[in-house]
Amino acid sequence: MIRVTKCTNTTRIQAVIIRLAAVVIALVVSALFILMQNHNPLDVYISMITGAWGKWSMLKATIVDTIPLIITSLGVAIAFKMKFWNIGAEGQAIMGAFFANLMVVQFPGLPGPLTIFLMFIAGIVGGALWAFPPAFFKAKYGANETLFTLMMNYIAMRWIKYLASGPWKDPKANGQNRIAILPENTKLPELFDVHVGWIIALALAVMVYIFLNKTKKGYEIAVIGESENTARYAGMNVRQVVISAVMLSGALAGLMGMIQLSAVSGQLTSDIAGGVGFTAITVAWLAQLSAPGIILVSFLFSTLEQGISYIQSDFNIPLASAKVLQALILFFVLGSEFFIQYRVSFKKNMTSTVGKEGK
Amino acid sequence: MFNVSSFLMSVICAGTPLLFATLGETITEKAGHLNLGVEGMMLMGAAVGFKVAEITKNPLLAVLSAAIAGALGALIYAFLTVTLKANQVVSGLTLAIFGEGLSGYVGSFVKIKVVPDQIKSFFVGRHIPLLGDIPYVGAILFERDLFVYLGYIVVIIAGIYLYKTRTGLNLRAVGENPAAADASGINISLYKYIHILIGGALCGLGGAYMSLVYVGQWTEGITSGQGWIAVALVIFTTWNPYKVILGAYFFGGLSILGLRLQNFKFNVSQDIIDMLPYVATIIVLIVTSMKKSKENAGPAGLSVPYFREDR
Repeated sequence: MIRVTKCTNTTRIQAVIIRLAAVVIALVVSALFILMQNHNPLDVYISMITGAWGKWSMLKATIVDTIPLIITSLGVAIAFKMKFWNIGAEGQAIMGAFFANLMVVQFPGLPGPLTIFLMFIAGIVGGALWAFPPAFFKAKYGANETLFTLMMNYIAMRWIKYLASGPWKDPKANGQNRIAILPENTKLPELFDVHVGWIIALALAVMVYIFLNKTKKGYEIAVIGESENTARYAGMNVRQVVISAVMLSGALAGLMGMIQLSAVSGQLTSDIAGGVGFTAITVAWLAQLSAPGIILVSFLFSTLEQGISYIQSDFNIPLASAKVLQALILFFVLGSEFFIQYRVSFKKNMTSTVGKEGK
Repeated sequence: MFNVSSFLMSVICAGTPLLFATLGETITEKAGHLNLGVEGMMLMGAAVGFKVAEITKNPLLAVLSAAIAGALGALIYAFLTVTLKANQVVSGLTLAIFGEGLSGYVGSFVKIKVVPDQIKSFFVGRHIPLLGDIPYVGAILFERDLFVYLGYIVVIIAGIYLYKTRTGLNLRAVGENPAAADASGINISLYKYIHILIGGALCGLGGAYMSLVYVGQWTEGITSGQGWIAVALVIFTTWNPYKVILGAYFFGGLSILGLRLQNFKFNVSQDIIDMLPYVATIIVLIVTSMKKSKENAGPAGLSVPYFREDR
């Protein structure tokens, strides 16, 4: 007989060991997949690490990819803490970028720093506004937020495509559906060779950590996540907390969109968020919604993605296979959470114990 | 001129992949599981179905293997979310990535450009006696390929199964209130596994329709986001298999409307039309939650993990 029981006394070290074991098993299984394609797994893995960290230019690319992931995951984590499944970060980021771009379109000719400041604010506002409808209808009527936020992503993507094909079409793009590239003076400045987004990301991580763990609002969010009824009996204004926290979650995603627009792409496209909004869900979950964890997992995730894109050129491994590798590793890490939260025990004789519950 | 009957004929084609995938996701969600990997499972079905068609030139084997491919994708999801109680959203999103990747990998072995003639001739339009003779409607609905007919049949079977059989009733109980279902002696895990797998198989079939019939060739990412529309469609059709048939053709129709209207010198942006399915879905989501209508809402236990000892 196999019996599964909930386990609350798993120590930190045990949890770390279980997760590491999952990664190792994932790498072994992935190795089989790599062998199937006639490559030496060890060479491929080493090449992945070099590709992500080997040279400053590579490490820089990894860091540049880590920045949006940290910011968005922090936002997602705030909503997840309330058990509000915001999977709309992708759309919120796109709308943040759209609002930021709107500033450039509406106020051309402003000095660069002022434009960047306006874009910064607009990005935050855009993301928050896009998160508002699902938050409002969830808080007021209990509309399913997972599905609502998911739908909002696709509306945002189509909106940008529409802009690119008509209203904001760049006349200099030779008839292609493109939005004009932003002027050079709207680019975020750099510090130590990486755009200042890294400072913003680290500062936000500290702020979110303090917000969730040390403030009254953060405490309310945690209580609502545990039990809405408890929160209500304690006299909290659940509706208001949910709406404001989800808008904050969207605001961070929107800020990410603005940063990607200003510092990385310089041009508004429907894939400006590049799937980061979806990846952030996984990152926030794997980091167990903790801010320091998010920094670490984001960096590891970007390492994986950079490494995978590097082996594409180095070993001629197609993007499709790289996705399989990524998913395989995730599957194992996701599955390993079970062994942290539950204990599996094998009992030979169940009938002698009181009650026959565990069949 | 805007030819209504030719448009409606294309609508059936465009809606059929959605029909299968939406039905699959509906059945999955009835078991209380939100599987966001629809796109991945469709792609796996599309690629595997096409590859098997290339090797065997046998339409039935191709379709069957597509269903199996979708079900295998769903099996990973089921093992993670049912047995290991992993987060459904994250597991589903990962399955979507996995399916995209694996379909690309399988597709890289495809050597032929278009679907083999044996398959093509098997899926030609076939006239159904009597029904096919109805003016207008007959040509649109009953002179189609066998895959389209399979869609009709699957919808009816799913409807009868969910609302008229004991196992269907049990399934809905599992999705609505797993604790109560468990207490009444239903094997929760078994029900969840079986229906998540059936759901995946149907998604695989939806993908196979794309590669074997509708497009007739394999290209990477052939489903181009239809899996996500299917997730929306489940809500739009309020988890009711009978409504799926209308909803699928409606959304399928929207996806090709813009192009048609442009031919008709009527300039509507396809991008704006492409928003409509999602907007309509959101409206349905809002209205059902405002009315608190139990009938049109999703299963109460949707994406809530069930652990017996938590009761």
